[in-house]
Amino acid sequence: MERRIRVIHYLNQFFAGVGGEEKAGLPMEIRAGALGPGRKLQAELGPEGEIVATLLCGDNAFAEQPEGCLARALELIGPYKPDLLVAGPAFGAGRYGLACGQLCQHVQDHLGIPALTAMHPENPGVELYRARVYIVATGPAATAMEPALRGMARLARKLVTGVPLGSPEVEGYLPRGIRRNEFAAEPAGVRAVHLLLRKLRGDPYESEVPLPSFERVTPAPPLRDLQQAAVALVTEAGVVPRGNPDRLEARRATKWLRYSLHGLRDLTGEQFECVHGGFDGHFVNQDPDRVVPLDVLRELEAEGRIGAVHEILYVTVGAGAPLANARRFGQEIAAELRKAGVQAAILTGT
Amino acid sequence: MARELERAGIPTAYFTAIPTIPLGLGTPRIVRGAAITHLLGDPGRSPEQERALRRRLVELGLQVVQTAVSEPRLFGLEELR
Repeated sequence: MERRIRVIHYLNQFFAGVGGEEKAGLPMEIRAGALGPGRKLQAELGPEGEIVATLLCGDNAFAEQPEGCLARALELIGPYKPDLLVAGPAFGAGRYGLACGQLCQHVQDHLGIPALTAMHPENPGVELYRARVYIVATGPAATAMEPALRGMARLARKLVTGVPLGSPEVEGYLPRGIRRNEFAAEPAGVRAVHLLLRKLRGDPYESEVPLPSFERVTPAPPLRDLQQAAVALVTEAGVVPRGNPDRLEARRATKWLRYSLHGLRDLTGEQFECVHGGFDGHFVNQDPDRVVPLDVLRELEAEGRIGAVHEILYVTVGAGAPLANARRFGQEIAAELRKAGVQAAILTGT
Repeated sequence: MARELERAGIPTAYFTAIPTIPLGLGTPRIVRGAAITHLLGDPGRSPEQERALRRRLVELGLQVVQTAVSEPRLFGLEELR
């Protein structure tokens, strides 16, 4: 009888059922058997595979000390002699997606076994790891769990048995930027003209060589005269007036907001709060200067080190933000800053 | 967002505790913050020491916007002049 595929499954603290943001510092550990969504993954794998252990780690613990966590993960996984690592699904969760991608790549490189993960195409982990790691495309949130696990189980079986994989579209993983030669019925010139005609007619068409959406930006020239410059504070950490009067979303924000800093020397927890849904905001609620450093910037303004603090704070939430939204918010805020004559910005993410 | 501000000609110090993401996305000026839950602070310190840490981080940010960069670069407190 054929041996069952030995699978290690990776989860963050949330999906492992340990806790939410308050447990995001949980160090890397391993538990025998399947846990949380791993149980459903086990069912999808059927008798061919067995989740022998679940590796788990807090989102912040991993994001802040990735090298240490990766080394620890290898130590913990080794004794189980796995054939495959499956990480996630991470859906739209940035820190989790990043951890899944890093872990998969590290395990492939150091244990010589295949690995796969799953996440939403807009997860930042995709851009960073798609070239090296098989990533099954999922919906943005955990409501898309079932199809994600099904896709992961299907790809898992193929990766381990060494069956040659088909194209990303066929197999359900995100394109890795690899081009394979294949035979076409018509020469390139004919295909190109057909493609052009379809485009001109307004019919749907698909490029044979899709270009990456990723583009480099030219950095702004350095600021020349700090003592004359207006400096703006911008944050992706969701710091808003208490009660969140403009209903900024905790995740997948659809807007950015502006709040006056006029007359404020610093930000206090009585006036402001953190509504970011991607990290535990209680340290920020105690003192919002911890993520929007108005107190120090006012001090530098009073000392004449900077020309002025721009009197408007720009706020959005970065958690689960699709790149297209972030790009638009950035363009809109940049236009305002330029109009106001702002010459430099301090932008705080998380 | 930081990339768009830079593209518009506004030098931007992007503070993050997870530099892997902006480095991968090509954000030009990246500053390593203290931690995800307290990017420019440290609740473990006295209020004076915490404020001093924040001041150093903001000074680093201001140094960074005055620094020419040609590709994504991560700055840490050890580079504060």
